[in-house]
Amino acid sequence: MAARIRELIGSRKLVPVAVDQIDVDADLYELGMTSFASVQLMLALEEAFDIEFPERMLNRKTFATLAAIDRSVAELTGGRA
Amino acid sequence: MNAPTPPIRSTDRAEGASTPEAATPDAATFLDRLFADGVLMPSGVDGLYGRSGAFEEVIEGFERLVERFARADGAIKVHFPPAMPRVNMEKSGYLKSFPQLAGAIHSFVGNDADHCRLIEALTEGRDWSDLQSPTDVVLTPAACYPLYPAVAARGPLPEAGALFDLKSYCFRHEPSKEPTRMQFFRMRENVCLGSSEQVRAFRERWLERGPEMIRSLGLPCELDVANDPFFGRGGKLMARNQRDQQLKFELLVPVNDGAEPTACLSFNYHQDHFGALWGLTRADGERAHSACVGFGLERIALALFRHHGTDTATWPAAVRAVLWG
Repeated sequence: MAARIRELIGSRKLVPVAVDQIDVDADLYELGMTSFASVQLMLALEEAFDIEFPERMLNRKTFATLAAIDRSVAELTGGRA
Repeated sequence: MNAPTPPIRSTDRAEGASTPEAATPDAATFLDRLFADGVLMPSGVDGLYGRSGAFEEVIEGFERLVERFARADGAIKVHFPPAMPRVNMEKSGYLKSFPQLAGAIHSFVGNDADHCRLIEALTEGRDWSDLQSPTDVVLTPAACYPLYPAVAARGPLPEAGALFDLKSYCFRHEPSKEPTRMQFFRMRENVCLGSSEQVRAFRERWLERGPEMIRSLGLPCELDVANDPFFGRGGKLMARNQRDQQLKFELLVPVNDGAEPTACLSFNYHQDHFGALWGLTRADGERAHSACVGFGLERIALALFRHHGTDTATWPAAVRAVLWG
């Protein structure tokens, strides 16, 4: 799943740095991810993992780091992915 | 003729308190009263109204207040028409964030046969929009949108940054019965471009001045963190990002019947969003940051008519002195 998330970010160029070099705890917004890129990431994750982020998760923290995204996706897929 | 509804007094302003009209659902709305007293004239489309001479005098008086500050700050006055190149709206990202509000101008570019089809469609009351083609022009959604590409074309900003005093009619496609939500309205805007520190200092200055100006007009107001009306589910994420970072503040004044107070001024820090988008650079080559203060001129006028009554001759002397003294 973690590799798939990196690939989604990398293929869409959502963060302006080499995606395989991003630390799982690095702040993606600090690395240059824009608010709109985080929306594109949310939509890409929903499509790729067949999930829908509930309203409580639609905030900056959910998409701030690879680790946080991983946790959110795991919670929504219930381990399916 | 409608009986005049007493204006809201500033003492009525408990948070969430309903206005007198809200308690009596059959009472005429504020919009009805504005029509009845000739302040606004209906056009047949919600959010598109004629304005009376008195309404315009209120706006002119308020703009003189803004202008006094803008001049003292050394702002450069620029007025664009209420339209901008379509390519600039496409590049601006407006359609990513607010597709529901944007307005594009379409025109007939057909031949004689197309013209006949157009007339037929009109005669038969059919849809004729397929005979319209997009032009190179879209309606300006906010006074500052035409500014950024124009400034970027001049090259790097001066060391002290740059300050502009703008005004434009703006269009947003959101028809509403609330008089404060017009489809065409005027926005006076001061925009600061420069370093992060320069533009944030500019915003701080207006965060102090704005409430003072509004209070000097006998209007109750409060500042609050706000967000733009971004479209869709993704928009909720954008809105929360914006709030978390306190990028937008609004100065709210109660105006409408039983509704939330209305944002009459907004204070926005764009970070380097427009700088990156338009290649705006500072004297040292760094990317420019920007901030703006926007004055919703119709909204401010409506707040005054709401609180002081629809006849400006009877407004408190202190308020009249601030506007026209």
